[in-house]
Amino acid sequence: MLALRRINRTLLYALLIFLAGLYLLPIYVVAITSLKTNAAISLSQMWDLPSHLSFASIASAWAQLGPNFGNSFMLAIPATIFSSLLGSLNGYALSKWRFKGANVVFFFILFGLFIPYQSVLIPLLRVLEAMGLYNTIAGLILVHTVYGIPITTLIFRNFYTSIPDDIIESAKIDGTGYWGIYRYMILPLSISGFVVSGIWQFTQVWNNFLFAVAVTNPPNQPVTVALVNIAGSQTVQWNVQMASALLASLPTLVVYILLSKYFVRGLLAGSVKG
Amino acid sequence: MVNSEVPVQNAKSSVLRGKRPKFTWDRAFPILTLVPSLAALGVFVYGFIFWSGYVSLTNWNSFIPNFSFAGLRNYVLVFQTFRFQSDLRNIVVFTVLFIVSCLIIGLFLAILVDQKIRMEGLFRSIFIFPMAISFVVTGVIWSWMLNPETGVNLILKAFGLHHLPQWFLSTRFVPNIQVGQIQLGIPIALIAVLIAAVWQMSGFAMAVYLAGLRGIPEELKEAARVDGAGPWRTFWSVILPQLRSTTTTIVIILTAASLKIFGLIYAMTGPGQEFVTDMPSMNMFQTTFQANQFAQGAAIAIVLLIMMAAFTVPYLISTIKQGGDA
Repeated sequence: MLALRRINRTLLYALLIFLAGLYLLPIYVVAITSLKTNAAISLSQMWDLPSHLSFASIASAWAQLGPNFGNSFMLAIPATIFSSLLGSLNGYALSKWRFKGANVVFFFILFGLFIPYQSVLIPLLRVLEAMGLYNTIAGLILVHTVYGIPITTLIFRNFYTSIPDDIIESAKIDGTGYWGIYRYMILPLSISGFVVSGIWQFTQVWNNFLFAVAVTNPPNQPVTVALVNIAGSQTVQWNVQMASALLASLPTLVVYILLSKYFVRGLLAGSVKG
Repeated sequence: MVNSEVPVQNAKSSVLRGKRPKFTWDRAFPILTLVPSLAALGVFVYGFIFWSGYVSLTNWNSFIPNFSFAGLRNYVLVFQTFRFQSDLRNIVVFTVLFIVSCLIIGLFLAILVDQKIRMEGLFRSIFIFPMAISFVVTGVIWSWMLNPETGVNLILKAFGLHHLPQWFLSTRFVPNIQVGQIQLGIPIALIAVLIAAVWQMSGFAMAVYLAGLRGIPEELKEAARVDGAGPWRTFWSVILPQLRSTTTTIVIILTAASLKIFGLIYAMTGPGQEFVTDMPSMNMFQTTFQANQFAQGAAIAIVLLIMMAAFTVPYLISTIKQGGDA
């Protein structure tokens, strides 16, 4: 029996390692291709390790993507902060102060989670144009803040539901008001909620392509659009394309590696009620 | 009896007071807090959808806005095009294959990871990490991996395969049934997109299934064991039924993701030859912003929205009803 169990365990680990390898395969390809020189790129030797390491393609990718990198940071950080703050306030109002029609309001907000953004794109661009925000990072910040409200509200509402109502009730009896409770009780307990919401929003905004390509033109484009432009160009070699893909995904990957626990909680927030 | 001495009129007004509680700022603040967000979403979601719906009923099919009424003409025109009919085939084929693949792979991975293994966190992180990168990045990477001249095909060749798939460059269909002007079947090119999408999103299904598996009470599994059920029997008759609502959740979220798919297609294949990898989202974007046929683009967007709402609105309502009073 014990021997059989040991064989089963070995098979289990072998399978897991094989599957993990499969999921990591694209990363291997990106890494080795990025480290090859133009001359070393050959279709038949795609899987081979580079004969010598070259950072030329990464440097070349950086020269093209660098400015767009700045755009993406200027976009993602404010949009993340604004939508998380709004989500926190909304989540507090919806979870700790039940009022008539709260469920209708919640539905009204959540519906925005599931719309295909094509269905708002034509009016959106005209309104941004009228506001003088077309082709600006500020315009994209506004767009991502507003369309980020549904998910951040959901994350914080679920998060605050797990805070016991008793302590809120006793604070109310003690005469602490709406904002006092938020400021001195809810906010200090919200740090991990902000981490979850922040990571989720940062990743979503950084990775977004549709709004970026619709709202901005060069040189105001975020990094995702710049990457597609590089990849779509016939003259750019595969090693530079892969280096660009690597650079474009580096910030969100680093955040993921450091804080994957919180990333998964954001992932589950959209599907599992707290 | 104190009550009997209270005048009738007073009793009436106290009932009224009970119905409409006295105004306090603490009652107003929750609503005031929500007002800015509701106003923003009211304009950016509901107002804009309404506006798009209006545009779809006009003759605005050139660069210059023209708001004369066209009725449903744009919808009729769009549905008659070879391109949109291809889109509908593609989105249905893709969504079904995408969801089935993600469910099976996600559940399989979740069960493997749930076996009290060592370094569980590491394995979980590896299966989920593609979720953290952009669809656009995924598209660029997999268009290199699935380049017919190299990548995966080199491996297939090493295994002795001769008829190598052309992946996203293929225009073949399996099966291939001519219906009207389009071919029904699975476009091979779409399989390439599918592989990339499943690589990116199956970790989501795994994460949700894992949470679902961990939520099954230990006693249930124990009871099945006591009753003499083997691992397979336990899985089919105890575990799987317990995962029903988890599965519904995954299906809804992945359907929404699938209907929205845009960046991956844009970066990997574009509409494809003869629109083999085109999607309504792509069609809308090009029709509107490259061909300047705003009314027709809006019509495509509204059709896409209706498809999405048909799936998600019932789910949203039932979820909020269940969780609302808890």
